[in-house]
Amino acid sequence: MDFFVPILAAAVRSGTPILYASLGEILTERSGVQNLGLEGLMLMGAFSGFTVTYSTGNPWFGVVTAFIVGIAISLVHAFLSVSVGANQIVSGLAVTMFGTGASSLLGRKMIGLTIPGFSKVPIPFLSRIPVFGPVFFEHDPLVYISYGLVFFLVWFIFYTRPGLNLRAVGESPVVVDAMGLSAVKLRYFYTMIGGGLASVGGAYMSLAYTKMWGEGMTAGRGWIAIAIVIFAVWHPARAVLGAYLFGGVGAMQLRIQAAGTSFPAPVLMMMPYIFTILVLLVISIKKGRGILIDSPGSLGIPYSREERG
Amino acid sequence: MSLSVPAPLVMMRGIEKSFVGAKANSDIDLDLRRGEVHTLLGENGAGKSTLMNILSGLYTPDDGSIFIEGEERKFRTPRDAISAGIGMVHQHFMLVPTQTVWENVALGLEDQPFSLDKNSIIAKVRDIQERYGIHVDPHAYVWQLSIGEQQRVAIIKTLYRKADILILDEPTSVLTPQETKALFQTIRQIRQEKHGVIFISHKLDEVIDISDRITILRKGRKVATIPVQNASKESLAEMMVGRRVVFQIGKTLQNPGKVVLKAKDLVVRGGRGIVCVDKFSLELRQREILGLAGVSGNGQEELCDALAGIRQIDDGAIVVDGVELQGKPSREFQKKGVSYIPADRIGTGLVTGMNIRENIALRKYWRKEFTRFRFFVHWENIAGRTGQLVERYSVVNPGLGFPARMLSGGNLQKLMLARELADDPRVVLAVQPSWGLDVSATLFVRETLLEQRDRGSGVLLVSDDLEEILSLSDRIAVIHKGKLMGIVEDPDSASEEQLGLMMAGTSLAEFLPDDVPPGHVPVRAVP
Repeated sequence: MDFFVPILAAAVRSGTPILYASLGEILTERSGVQNLGLEGLMLMGAFSGFTVTYSTGNPWFGVVTAFIVGIAISLVHAFLSVSVGANQIVSGLAVTMFGTGASSLLGRKMIGLTIPGFSKVPIPFLSRIPVFGPVFFEHDPLVYISYGLVFFLVWFIFYTRPGLNLRAVGESPVVVDAMGLSAVKLRYFYTMIGGGLASVGGAYMSLAYTKMWGEGMTAGRGWIAIAIVIFAVWHPARAVLGAYLFGGVGAMQLRIQAAGTSFPAPVLMMMPYIFTILVLLVISIKKGRGILIDSPGSLGIPYSREERG
Repeated sequence: MSLSVPAPLVMMRGIEKSFVGAKANSDIDLDLRRGEVHTLLGENGAGKSTLMNILSGLYTPDDGSIFIEGEERKFRTPRDAISAGIGMVHQHFMLVPTQTVWENVALGLEDQPFSLDKNSIIAKVRDIQERYGIHVDPHAYVWQLSIGEQQRVAIIKTLYRKADILILDEPTSVLTPQETKALFQTIRQIRQEKHGVIFISHKLDEVIDISDRITILRKGRKVATIPVQNASKESLAEMMVGRRVVFQIGKTLQNPGKVVLKAKDLVVRGGRGIVCVDKFSLELRQREILGLAGVSGNGQEELCDALAGIRQIDDGAIVVDGVELQGKPSREFQKKGVSYIPADRIGTGLVTGMNIRENIALRKYWRKEFTRFRFFVHWENIAGRTGQLVERYSVVNPGLGFPARMLSGGNLQKLMLARELADDPRVVLAVQPSWGLDVSATLFVRETLLEQRDRGSGVLLVSDDLEEILSLSDRIAVIHKGKLMGIVEDPDSASEEQLGLMMAGTSLAEFLPDDVPPGHVPVRAVP
């Protein structure tokens, strides 16, 4: 137990930024828009959150800033993919490239600085539960918020009126349109909220995880989050599993490195990524066998009303 | 107190609508009274759906006005139309397949609290089902439902919103005769409650059966509005097409030869990995048209894809002229003389961005006569051949070098026929060959298929139009949920009633009375 509890706790911590990004992408994709800009959004979130926290001293300002920055950048993506009907893959890649470049350019002065950031707030009573307590309830507030977000989103997507609209617009925007709702507005809204959440995921990296800014510090977590959305079948609860599994494999390899093994470190560092590929492979094979794990029916397809030959 | 006649429920005046390059509606007037079923009649492309999409707020008209009970209304979005009491059941139902029936009903409801009140929605759905006699499980997912059931969901959706004006766009084209009867019962109930119904169709018998008044559209213009008492099938057809129409098609008896295509216990999966064709067996002989009747979406397309070699089969055998072909690439099927006229002309059948020559060459470019040194394309030969074919199948075209997309629907289908039939194939798989075509093109397609039969091909004709099946087939097979319901050996002995029940899942064996001596009934049960 003494070996595993810290690993599990670390899995939650290092899985949290991916969880935020995955939840955001689930919302975006459920509305029918694909946003491959997660990596760029996370970097911009990490950078902007860190900068604001450094100058104000309050990490909450950093989180809010990251959320707004994410929304603003996703607005561009929403405009291109919803209003203009541009290729969403290209637009998403552009967001990633922009975010990577802009954050490293603007963030030069921040390199080497540290902030107190978020600190652990063990939850009374709950954190005393053996195993569960230290694994889940001895973290910083952003982790707790992510728990709440998962429960909220499951309820929101599957049991509420706006959730019904969200699921419908990703599946058949023409139906949504014929029922008198605006497919365009819905897609804008969820693309922006989704981008905001991804950006907060990035901010978690710099405000709670490392408490410093480093160029390209998300190290591909945005891409992993996209893979986890598929693994999760667009379901928030399954995204938790995916994010923590990835985090867990990452934490495990760090331990193995720390324990001093002759195994080459770069190979160990590849583990979480290889693991992601394997998971995708397995679920894709299953899919071929007829298990229903389809993406939202209109994912990535722009909608325009009077389209006719 | 005024004695004036109450304003009609709907009044459309001078409606104009153009799409890029084409005028879909020009100067159309339409009135709908309370307690009336008003039919919009016209061929495909006559502008019926466009006019109704305008009334339901999906399209904005270029010109013209709409009055609801005498008051002018402008519908900018479908929401405006819905709040004016208009409910449209679209030809493609406007349902979300991955959601349940009750969720589809709830979609877009404004009076719902933030957290959906599932129980009250379901209770209201059940009320409507009782009152109008339309039944479907509120908890079922839409993708699990048959097309007929999906249509009921779409109707329930509009009734739930208390639609005063119900628009039904080609509702019967996907129904069995029995389902059509039930639908008409519902429509009569709605009429009795003094709502208005606009019914769109091109099936004349039905139109005469259900309508109070009929408005005929042709090429985007209104021809006339007449009360049903003044209408006959012949007069309606003439107004719809613009000239006299012959309903009879010359068909002679033929002696079928040996079996050219044999399918044995075929199992095929569809898009969602669900079994679509289930242990299906069938024999097709030379010089016969075997009609495959069924409501569309019951596995017909998957079956034909498999028989053409373009869809993998899970189990079973496909034998063409005594040679087993299952598992072989599609070109082997083609070499053995299997021709395919798929339902999806534009997606599967032809490449509309490529020119007419290239479309003709598509399935044969590899043949010796169309290549030089077995490698380079021999364009001269292809052009020569294309010229002959276009002539023989009277494909009206702007030039062989123009992209196929510039052809009209009828000419596209003629191009398909030219490519697939010219070499007298052993087997012709024709899926919905006249779907969406105007009357003259439909006639051409049907006559060409008959001619092809007389030239010795075995033709498998898949259609959800029973009239087409009955007028062309020498034998009729019926498919339901991917299973063969039976083969009727003599189409003249089959009633539409009986075929309808088979299309709804009753196997032929159940029709055979016990007290009739064997050999008396000219039908054969599934072995």
